[in-house]
Amino acid sequence: MMLMRGNAACPGCPIPREIDALLEVTGQKTVLVVPASCTSVIMGDTNGMPSSVPVVHSAFAAAPAIASGIKAALNSKKEDATVVVWAGDGGTGDIGLASLSGAAERNEDIMYLCYDNEAYMNTGVQRSGLTPYGAWTTTTPEGKRERKKPIPQIVAEHGVPYVATASIAYIFDYQAKVKKAKEIQGFRYIHLLSPCPPGWRFDSSLTIRIAKLAVETGIWPLYEIEKGKFRLTSLSKTLIDKSKRKPVLEYLKLQGRFSKMTSEEVKKLQNEVDEFWEEIQKID
Amino acid sequence: MVNVQEGIPIARPKIGSSGFTGSWRITKPVIHYDACTKCRLCYFYCVENSIDLQQDLYPKIDYDFCKGCGVCADVCPTKAIEMVREVK
Ligand SMILES: Cc1ncc(C[n+]2csc(CCOP(=O)(O)OP(=O)(O)O)c2C)c(N)n1
Ligand code: SF4
Ligand code: SF4
Ligand code: SF4
Ligand SMILES: [Mg+2]
Repeated sequence: MMLMRGNAACPGCPIPREIDALLEVTGQKTVLVVPASCTSVIMGDTNGMPSSVPVVHSAFAAAPAIASGIKAALNSKKEDATVVVWAGDGGTGDIGLASLSGAAERNEDIMYLCYDNEAYMNTGVQRSGLTPYGAWTTTTPEGKRERKKPIPQIVAEHGVPYVATASIAYIFDYQAKVKKAKEIQGFRYIHLLSPCPPGWRFDSSLTIRIAKLAVETGIWPLYEIEKGKFRLTSLSKTLIDKSKRKPVLEYLKLQGRFSKMTSEEVKKLQNEVDEFWEEIQKID
Repeated sequence: MVNVQEGIPIARPKIGSSGFTGSWRITKPVIHYDACTKCRLCYFYCVENSIDLQQDLYPKIDYDFCKGCGVCADVCPTKAIEMVREVK
């Protein structure tokens, strides 16, 4: 247990297990850099923290720059450690995008994990650039009109050595990607879809089921881009054929945040997913 | 672990950094061991890292910290985990 039980995460929140699975692979010689987010709260205070490795709390937009500096400092002391940014979707794709892009462009020797719960959860479920089309948040009461910002692709366009998507429901695929990333030098990026029971409006028992359905319906493809080469992984390898994918509606209907979507809107989202897979078919 | 001098106000690793979170529970997962096949899915997916594997590889829930989310019961393929209403 590298991330200890009895922390402040909501019941059913996948973050403690996601960090635990990460640290199981990167080991004791890891430094976590965490910008303002739900994880800042989960990491506790001076009464005690759940992490068994050092955690550096960072201002919202600064985590990749701080991690770059920590890695340089460790290098100068000849300390070999994995420096990992652990950031939410808001910290990654909106407010921290400039420093993320800077670190990626400089090919800093750090790992970056974005746990994507598709909104600003810590401050009470406001929309982010990574909130998907149709989703309710407190600032999109009728459902978001814009599409989800494609951050893994944007990072990949920087030409970094490793980019991957992952899911806690496919925990061994996730850990295999962390292991690969750990052994690569340079900027490594992993994007985890991270279901949030209160923010997505589902019962806390369904976290893993929903994470799994995201992959089975194809709305969350599992892949990696290693030195520019794209490869589907795990279950997603079998989903190129549309008939193998479950309808996106099966994923949507378990979540209250999508309950106001009309059948036309669901169709639009399904079409976007299908078009994305057609693109994948061309490059895979 | 890096050694930091005592007295410096930094957070140190601790089980139960938010106290005994078992007190948050409304329902309690109870494992019916006769139906358990030791598949370990509950152990892998307990989002709170609150399930241990015993020496005989049967799972055991740490009720001091289990938050009663019900994820383990949902992922158990043999329905060996029952969520029981807990009134305290
Ligand atoms: C510069 C700045 N602006 C706003 C905030 C308030 N704030 C703290 S956490 C947070 C939301 C973070 O969202 P995300 O990165 O998606 O992480 P999550 O809370 O969803 O885990 C906001 C807006 C802040 N701490 N600093
Ligand atoms: S609000 Fe969501 S992401 Fe934040 S701790 Fe709760 S379940 Fe986890
Ligand atoms: S109810 Fe939730 S916290 Fe408790 S053992 Fe099951 S998965 Fe873990
Ligand atoms: S998931 Fe069910 S069958 Fe598998 S180890 Fe846990 S209780 Fe036993
Ligand atoms: Mg978020």
